[in-house]
Amino acid sequence: MKNINWFHYAAPQTFYGLAGKAWPWFAVLATAFMVAGLWIGFAVAPTDFQQGEGYRIIFVHVPASWMSMVIYLAMAFWSVLGLTFNTRLSGMMTRALAPTGALFAFLSLWTGALWGKPMWGAWWVWDARLTSELILFFLYLGYIALTSAIDDTRRSDRAGALIAIVGAINVPIIYFSVKWWNTLHQGASVSLTQAPSMAALMLWGMLLVALAFWAYSIALVLYRVRTLILQRDSHATWVHELEEVTR
Amino acid sequence: MRWESWSQFWHMGGYAVYVWGSVGVTALLMVVEVWQARWAHRLVLRQVKTEQAVAQLLDEASSVEKVM
Repeated sequence: MKNINWFHYAAPQTFYGLAGKAWPWFAVLATAFMVAGLWIGFAVAPTDFQQGEGYRIIFVHVPASWMSMVIYLAMAFWSVLGLTFNTRLSGMMTRALAPTGALFAFLSLWTGALWGKPMWGAWWVWDARLTSELILFFLYLGYIALTSAIDDTRRSDRAGALIAIVGAINVPIIYFSVKWWNTLHQGASVSLTQAPSMAALMLWGMLLVALAFWAYSIALVLYRVRTLILQRDSHATWVHELEEVTR
Repeated sequence: MRWESWSQFWHMGGYAVYVWGSVGVTALLMVVEVWQARWAHRLVLRQVKTEQAVAQLLDEASSVEKVM
């Protein structure tokens, strides 16, 4: 196998071009998966025998919750790379991920509340699953607040990396909370080890929306990291020679 | 297709507020996020262009000074 020089692609200048070529494809994928997922979820999937049509909230709730956890782990991953290899791109990637992660954490809580009210009779309960997800949302806000409060980018990236890595301990807590504690929140309907405990069509709708959210997040993060690269390299010659700058 | 009419679809078996409240806010926030990202990118591009223009002006000014 040919040896790939990852550091070459991690150079902001190279990555700016790569990300520029890649993000529109992910945007197209996101749209396609979203249309398919919403069609199956809202037009084809049958009514739930216990929860009626109210269960359709899960087509947004479950994928949003998954994304909120995945994005935090991605931030921790880039932070580890940043602290070990001292690459400039890592800090920018972590920063580009945070707003989208915060968005999905908020949506997880919001759609969860809208599901909880008719099904449990309460918008909110202090249950382990809900509380740990709320903490995740606060970790995102904390990351954003901390990094934007420090003007020096290197220090800011390093402080942010620490919060991202330390906070990552919360992700397995969210995931296993329904097993470890007696929660009002139901257990996982989909797991890697067991057959899913839901109708195939419902599962497909959920998985397609999840894929759409993945593609949406990747497209947006690639787009946002280009903005950050431009901002940080605004004095570099390569930026001044860019087509979008000279025209 | 499992709906008999549009009104039945919008009604969502009595869960309309909860289902559309979830879908609507999700769609709205995603649109806002995309719009915000585009706006931020344009702003940075404009800043880079301005900086470059200023640098060029200063460059020209200093060369004029040398001639004088």
